[in-house]
Amino acid sequence: MPDLGLEVLQKGSNFIRLIEGFWVAVEISLFSIAISIPLGVFLGILMTRKNKLIRFLTKFYLDFIRIMPQLVLLFLVFFGTTRSMGWNLSGEMAAVIVFVLWGTAEMGDLVRSALLSIPRHQYESSVALGFSRIQTYFYIILPQTLRRLIPVSINLITRMIKTTSLILMIGVVEVLKVGQQIIEANRMTSPNAAFGIFFVIFILYFVICWSVSMIARYLERKWS
Amino acid sequence: MKQLKKWIILGVTLALLGSLVGCGKTAETSKAADNGNTSSGSNDKNIYRTLDEIKKDGTINIGVFSDKNPFGYVDENGDYQGYDVYFAERLAKDLGVKVNYISTEAANRIEYLQTGKVDIILANFTVTDERKEEVDFALPYMNVALGVVSRNDKVVKSLDDLKKDDKIIVISGTTAETYLTKNYPDILLQKFDSYATAKEAFENGTGIAWANDNTEVIAFSLQNDGYTVGIPSLGSNDTIAPAVTKGNTTLLDWINEDIKKLGEEQFFHKDYEETLVETYGSDYKETLVVEGGKSAE
Repeated sequence: MPDLGLEVLQKGSNFIRLIEGFWVAVEISLFSIAISIPLGVFLGILMTRKNKLIRFLTKFYLDFIRIMPQLVLLFLVFFGTTRSMGWNLSGEMAAVIVFVLWGTAEMGDLVRSALLSIPRHQYESSVALGFSRIQTYFYIILPQTLRRLIPVSINLITRMIKTTSLILMIGVVEVLKVGQQIIEANRMTSPNAAFGIFFVIFILYFVICWSVSMIARYLERKWS
Repeated sequence: MKQLKKWIILGVTLALLGSLVGCGKTAETSKAADNGNTSSGSNDKNIYRTLDEIKKDGTINIGVFSDKNPFGYVDENGDYQGYDVYFAERLAKDLGVKVNYISTEAANRIEYLQTGKVDIILANFTVTDERKEEVDFALPYMNVALGVVSRNDKVVKSLDDLKKDDKIIVISGTTAETYLTKNYPDILLQKFDSYATAKEAFENGTGIAWANDNTEVIAFSLQNDGYTVGIPSLGSNDTIAPAVTKGNTTLLDWINEDIKKLGEEQFFHKDYEETLVETYGSDYKETLVVEGGKSAE
């Protein structure tokens, strides 16, 4: 086994700090995902409307978020709100806002495409059976949509978890930053620590993303 | 039916907007909770906090590096350490307040000051004319020049010898990047956001050389076998100084007074002994340390 410099993790509270840093990343991403999903469903329904103004606004919102790199959005929200409105957001709060804006937009588009993939006769049969518009969505369309959404939204969720590595740029000390701190603090005594630390970080990210996709696979099987 | 549809759309839109506004509201309240009665939040007041406001608050926000050993780093117990941090601790002690360290990156130091999210930046901040237009620098406490380190088998002695496709590693937002972009626009630069990633990439064979502050490249070549500092001093000699938000004269004047006072007790020599001697040895002490704000120039 090559020297991975893993002994640095035994020094002081290094390992706990790494896990705490990871928890910061997981917390921010899961919290944002939990808010983005319901908002994304609403946005998705809005996007299938025929009203031109609504279409334009939702399309504009989606494209704006999609074109902007996440790092730019983070800077805009963290520093921009202070400059223009005098809000002093914490780094964590700015991160959640950006991730919710991003998650809602992408989720909305996924919901839109899932809604469109539901055959027209489902809507028509439902109306023929006397369901109201709301009932149609609630009992017929959304349950089918959610099932189709699972595989595609997993992609988005894991991407959000991994993108938390950018929030160190707005001063949030998350797992990657803690990793860099540990590597740097020990660069004289354990020059190989970089391998070990990044390996541990890889495992941490893997465990969380893999469990997310396992849960998704389970739900997919159970609901189909 | 058509009427109903309109109402649903309206309702959903309002709900969506409401939740967005809600986000903003929680954000605002959390700010209020974070900052208590400080002034940085309101529109009509200054973005920065004056000396009195900091004293009244009891805590000073200082932006330092958290991954730049031995200037600003975090030790195994999670405490900030290093040459910059040693000075930050002393400033806070003289001011009679507690320190709240904020981990900054080279690329966002100015932004932090301009938005008043930190009171002072003590993150190895080199004084340049461009930066002087954005922030206010206090008296210097260290000397610095640029240096270029390369591998032993292919030492870069002059930037004019580079081949067309040779890449030089720099960290975004550092003086090395600005200097090379300005004076050697033809050299290909490989840019990284943080010190750790740049070092990692260089050690793994990216780029022919790494340009950074000479303190950094000297330390790097002393600690890692197989590297030589081919160009120990590039460009003009610069200084490193604390920086505050532009216009924050009360804080600036106080820092300058304190640096002059610290010169009488040879504070920065002691700082060097405590934090830098392990990395650079005693040879570089007089070259690096600036005492009492009096640079050698």
